[in-house]
Amino acid sequence: MSSMEHSKVETQSADERATRDDSMDDIRPYQTAPEPEVNYLTNDYGWKSWLFTLDHKRIGLMYLVTISITFLLGGMAAAGIRGNLITPQGLLGAETYNKVFTAHGVIMVFFFLIPSIPAVLGNFLVPMMIGAKDVAFPKLNLLSWYLFVGGVLMALFALMRGSVATGWTFYAPLSSTYTDSTVVWVITGAFLAGFSSILTGLNFIVTIHKMRAPGLTWFRLPLFIWSHYATSLIQVLGTPVVAITLLLLMAENIFHVGVFDPSLGGDPVLFQHLFWFYSHPAVYIMVLPGFAVISEVITCFSRKPIFGYKFIAFSSIAIAIFGFLVWGHHLFVSSQSAYASQAFSVISFMVAIPSAIKVFNWTATLYKGSIRFTTPMLYVLGFLGLFTIGGLTGLHLAATATDVYLTDTYFVIAHFHYVMVGGTVSAYLCGIHFWWPKMTGRMYPESWGKAAAILLFIGFNVTFFPQFILGMDHMNRRYHAYAPQYQFLNVMSSAGATILAIGFALPIFYLLWSLKHGEKADANPWGATGLEWQTPSPPPLTNFERTPVVTTGPYAYSAVESERVTQQAEELAERVRERVLAEEAEREYGEKEKELV
Amino acid sequence: MSEPIVRAAAVENIAGRRPPESQPVLRTETGHHNTAHGHDDHGVLHHHFEDMTQQREATVLGMWAFLCTEVMMFGGLFFVYTLYRWAATQRAHDLGMIDPFYVGSQLLNHTLGLVNTFVLLASSFTMAMGVYYAQTRNRKMLMNMLVLTWLFGASFLGIKAIEWTTDWHEGLVPALNWHPEHVLTHGHHAFDVAKVNLNHLQMYFVIYFCMTGLHAIHMIIGLGVVFWFWVLAKRGLFTNGNDQPVELVGMYWHFVDIVWVFLFPLLYLIAGHHI
Repeated sequence: MSSMEHSKVETQSADERATRDDSMDDIRPYQTAPEPEVNYLTNDYGWKSWLFTLDHKRIGLMYLVTISITFLLGGMAAAGIRGNLITPQGLLGAETYNKVFTAHGVIMVFFFLIPSIPAVLGNFLVPMMIGAKDVAFPKLNLLSWYLFVGGVLMALFALMRGSVATGWTFYAPLSSTYTDSTVVWVITGAFLAGFSSILTGLNFIVTIHKMRAPGLTWFRLPLFIWSHYATSLIQVLGTPVVAITLLLLMAENIFHVGVFDPSLGGDPVLFQHLFWFYSHPAVYIMVLPGFAVISEVITCFSRKPIFGYKFIAFSSIAIAIFGFLVWGHHLFVSSQSAYASQAFSVISFMVAIPSAIKVFNWTATLYKGSIRFTTPMLYVLGFLGLFTIGGLTGLHLAATATDVYLTDTYFVIAHFHYVMVGGTVSAYLCGIHFWWPKMTGRMYPESWGKAAAILLFIGFNVTFFPQFILGMDHMNRRYHAYAPQYQFLNVMSSAGATILAIGFALPIFYLLWSLKHGEKADANPWGATGLEWQTPSPPPLTNFERTPVVTTGPYAYSAVESERVTQQAEELAERVRERVLAEEAEREYGEKEKELV
Repeated sequence: MSEPIVRAAAVENIAGRRPPESQPVLRTETGHHNTAHGHDDHGVLHHHFEDMTQQREATVLGMWAFLCTEVMMFGGLFFVYTLYRWAATQRAHDLGMIDPFYVGSQLLNHTLGLVNTFVLLASSFTMAMGVYYAQTRNRKMLMNMLVLTWLFGASFLGIKAIEWTTDWHEGLVPALNWHPEHVLTHGHHAFDVAKVNLNHLQMYFVIYFCMTGLHAIHMIIGLGVVFWFWVLAKRGLFTNGNDQPVELVGMYWHFVDIVWVFLFPLLYLIAGHHI
């Protein structure tokens, strides 16, 4: 339902209240209801009410807490990496360095990036955006969180024990024949996290297909939903392949039978094929939900309907489909045939098309909008620049000729972090700020928010842009030591990481502070149009007091804005009239005074 | 999305009165109950669904999505099989040796494999009949069919266990007990050991145990669920119009059967004469 609809209902009820008898005062449409005494946070207390909850909103918050912890741990490992690389000979030594970058990769990819936006914001918002009371399978939703926590604990236990130094890609036979069995625990952890990811995706697919509010047709859905639908397709179809791959890897590690190890008759390139068949689509699991957040926020703070709704919607689906056909660009320097490489190269270039469609449409949405530079909007603008750089440098890696030179250099690291940190993490923080009032009922401090967003942007670029240059100069990734001529840029990168760390740490403090001291948020602090904004903040247990009926498309910001402009014009006219009247009165008074004198 | 639904009968049944058994319920093409007789889609409506139709459609879609996941999971293994079979056959052909995947399939017991296939197909039939009796609200026959399904499933695993034990005694279990030379030269199909690439033969058995093992894990889960459903069916939970859970278990059971229907020819029936 659009806000226009919303205000119509409101005025209608006001008229009714004026004309009908007093008992009507109690009957108000849900949009204008005051904040109810009981919301999803206060309807039950105690640890049991959280650990056994089936409420998608509480599960979303539990995921938020869990992945904040994993992000912190992954960040500490990143600090270890950047600290080590300050000097050319390295501070940690080869063994420790290998373990630290493995921990960083495993934690950040499997336990932060993949669940980040879908499990936190998606869980919280998908049912609310489509006017449902919950996801289709709340018990599976809770199970997914338990599987995830189990996976995290298992992997962390193994990583802390040490001796896991395979990198997050677990390439065989390095992870089977040439390492001990501790890696099996990490793999089991990733396997469980994958299961939890499948359950989330399965839940979203069924919820989006079957639980939309009356009148909410596919093309009235917010783009957030389209992106999450595309993400879920990848989760459901891609994750099981890596699951079976990891099981085979475990079999090879435990029983020493040759599945991938060439000395036992296996084929290590097969592992790479199977691994990247999931893990390349997995980067779209990570970034598509980022697109979801950007589409919502950019249109809200441009005060304009989104430009090219259907193009953005279908580009998400196109990315999900093409994403399954490009994994071979990770194998250009393996024994893959030249013909296969050419095909994978061409399809990889084709993925750039739907991504570019999105960026152009977002930029066009900004054009002639009345842009508000709030914290979420700063993250969005940062995202647009950083994701574009990340995407364009991806083309260098999709081209076989340049990729052979750039393989396993810091260029790849920089590209990946521009897309994943500049893209996904920016979008994640953007979404957390944008929906914070809805989740907690409190506003975050705006000036602190802006400071953090700007620090993140500066810190990020100082950290990762030098790595492009290092990669072009052919500094290899995954080495604890490097030639002295690379030191200047490495020190610069480490210095930037310090700024970046402050940018990440700030929100933890002021968001926690706002839980108690933040300004109380009303139902729709941003004047946004989605269904989730038409219910109180924080929402009641069943989201809506009655199921909303949808009659218009999304993003009716033109209507909202023209209403606002009319209102402003009327207020201005009123002020002018008052001023004229006051001046007239003054003049009359002055003339009378003269007469009296 | 929602059809008009008569709720009067539902209240009565939720209150605990079991409807007369064997009462036929007409079903429309879309699979919804025909409500003309005053019978309703009921059972437990969870709070977050608007009505039973929505709940039914959602759970069936969820099951299909889950089966898609399963297809992709087994698909990874089938890909591994395809690649290594192609590579091993090619290699053997080039070197004038015997196709190791053919040798591997000859070392299995074809009779038991064939019997197992029919046992599993029979269990699929009884499962389908169980779904039918749940829909027609025949509690006794539903329970019988679940028992039969369970027994067929258990016999499948029993026969599989016999096969695996034989493999163990013949030294055909990679890593744990791998001594194939004896059975290769003294089995009822004798092969020239020098003409068989033992690494590739081991690969065949690794894949064989991975595939049949993963399938067996699915069978064990299926047996657990069928047993649990027998307990619930005894209480009349599925014969009061709430037949959908049985249908969902049926979908899972058929899926696991179909996997075996692919596994049997791929693992047992490999022709070697063209080499």
